[in-house]
Amino acid sequence: MSILINKDTRLVVQGITGRDGSFHTGQMIKYGTKVVAGVTPGKGGKEVEGVPVFNTVVEAVKKTEANAAVIFVPAKFATGAVYEAIDAGVKLVVCVAEGLPTIELVKITAYLKGKDCRLVGPNSPGIVSAGEAKVGILPGNIFKKGSVGVISRSGTLTYEIVDHITKTGLGQSTCIGIGGDPIIGTKFIDCLELFAKDDDTEAVVVVGEIGGRDEQDTAEYVKKYFKKPVFGFIAGKTAPADKRMGHAGAIISGTSGTAAEKVKVFEACGIKVGETPADVARFVKDKLA
Amino acid sequence: MKVHEYQAKEIFNKYDIPTPKEKMCVSIDEVIAASTELGLPCVIKAQVHVGGRGKAGGIKIAKTEQEVNEYAKQILGMEIKGLPVKKVLVSQVISIASEAYLGIINDRTAKKTVMMACKQGGVEIEEVARKKPEAIFKVYADPLVGFLPHKARQIGLFLYDDPKTAFACAKIAEKLYKMFIELDSSLAEINPLVVTDSGELIALDAKINFDDNGLYRHPDIELLRDRESEDVNELRARESDLSYVKLDGNIGCVVNGAGLAMATMDLVKHFGGEPANFLDIGGSSSPQKVQNALEILLNDKNVKVIFFNIFGGITRCDDVANGILVAKKALNIKQPIVTRLTGTNEDKAMDILKEAGLIFAQGMDDGAKKAIELLK
Repeated sequence: MSILINKDTRLVVQGITGRDGSFHTGQMIKYGTKVVAGVTPGKGGKEVEGVPVFNTVVEAVKKTEANAAVIFVPAKFATGAVYEAIDAGVKLVVCVAEGLPTIELVKITAYLKGKDCRLVGPNSPGIVSAGEAKVGILPGNIFKKGSVGVISRSGTLTYEIVDHITKTGLGQSTCIGIGGDPIIGTKFIDCLELFAKDDDTEAVVVVGEIGGRDEQDTAEYVKKYFKKPVFGFIAGKTAPADKRMGHAGAIISGTSGTAAEKVKVFEACGIKVGETPADVARFVKDKLA
Repeated sequence: MKVHEYQAKEIFNKYDIPTPKEKMCVSIDEVIAASTELGLPCVIKAQVHVGGRGKAGGIKIAKTEQEVNEYAKQILGMEIKGLPVKKVLVSQVISIASEAYLGIINDRTAKKTVMMACKQGGVEIEEVARKKPEAIFKVYADPLVGFLPHKARQIGLFLYDDPKTAFACAKIAEKLYKMFIELDSSLAEINPLVVTDSGELIALDAKINFDDNGLYRHPDIELLRDRESEDVNELRARESDLSYVKLDGNIGCVVNGAGLAMATMDLVKHFGGEPANFLDIGGSSSPQKVQNALEILLNDKNVKVIFFNIFGGITRCDDVANGILVAKKALNIKQPIVTRLTGTNEDKAMDILKEAGLIFAQGMDDGAKKAIELLK
């Protein structure tokens, strides 16, 4: 088992004819993902990597029974692409695109209320259910089927930690890049709720960073409700205040949202925090060995 | 993106939010002319992108012509937290009956736009939120219908007992929300919002930050950017589609991805070194981008060692390798370069770099340690 995606996921790629969209369609197929359709308005009827391209997501879903969408379109069109996917009735929308204005996420959140659809991202590197499917841009070769769940606000830092986990001999159930923006569709806690019910996941690694208080809320949740072991990593211990560190959400405002504060709450709630990515993998290995 | 108080107040005025009579000045002569026009006493306020201007001596009340001259000279030319003051705002003195706080942000946890009010003005709201959260009254807007008038009235009635003042405040709250949404702000604050002796409401100070992701649809706001008050290298980085923040150390870090870039700085520090910067070269990095990154990095004369930490996904290691090779020659780089390249096209990268005289690292721990070792 796994969460969010598996070998039965039927994926539609929005922006499939673009440079990133076409390249990663090939990579996702290579990993074993069932990419059943692509969408680029005006390019309907073409094929990319053997995948049929449609003009609208509704048509793609109707013809191919796609149940998940991944978005690779420029920032200006990404908000529209998210709404189009929601309206087409897919159950999962993974927004790899970055640069969406924050207020659009406020509106999308309200629009999603009561609908049977989950948004991951924006600014998400994607999701991998090891050995089953990958949606997004995470490099498939570093994953190995196993029992560790990984949730992260980052991209390459996630690869680093996953790679360390794999090198200890362990593997992953599902790895989710939730995105580095201030407001995102799926948060750490949403993923933990799913991991709690997934029998194949024995431990979870939460990779956080400076900015906001999602990590603090997550720690309180873990302490109260989550029964499996959780390990953590927090990036940005050396980050100065009031400077955006790349990700739109990675900013210490005044004195709140610091790494020190987050590490403290993690530890207080029983989440062991690694000083380095290698430490985290070692902690998980020691626990599950 | 931040704008100055005088710019924020110009925007307030467009939205019909009352502000004091004021003039932005760049020279002592302009300050003298403005004070004559506005009358004495007047307030002279430094326009810089940092908080704590008052404590630093950047806000003064001048009662005489001589004081106007003296304070204008003092403030224009002083530095506040490292930023030179090049502009001041000259303002009429308002007789204050009471001060309050009114602010608006997008709440990350609730995923909604929230208006916040506090009966104390001039406060640091995050400080209040931590120490005395019950002093802040919050009202959430529904993004699909907006900030409804009855919610604005709740804000007004929380701050003021007198209904006339409360409803005047409600009007200001509605205007502030309209501005916040229309301009893709990330923060808008009236701090303090004051009631004058004659019972009028006025925004004595103004702060607006803008969502960088929303700037593409507001070219007029982008024009307000004070390029002079930004770090030259940070500005150059942004124009080259890189993300750079200077720190005080001597190990220059070049990394792909923001999370890994932060983790790399942390790791350098963890093993006893001092990172010189945060630098994210992003995904799909071309050789040219790597060269731009190195140019920016080397403008910092403190950099004694360069540490490349690349985990290739979309970023191809051979692109980075070519960039290093070209830049090393073009920029005549003397500092030792420690490289850790793994992932996509790692083998090709090693082929390209094997004759380049670099120091190779196995993993980021090894890289950080080697970079630190070179400084000894």
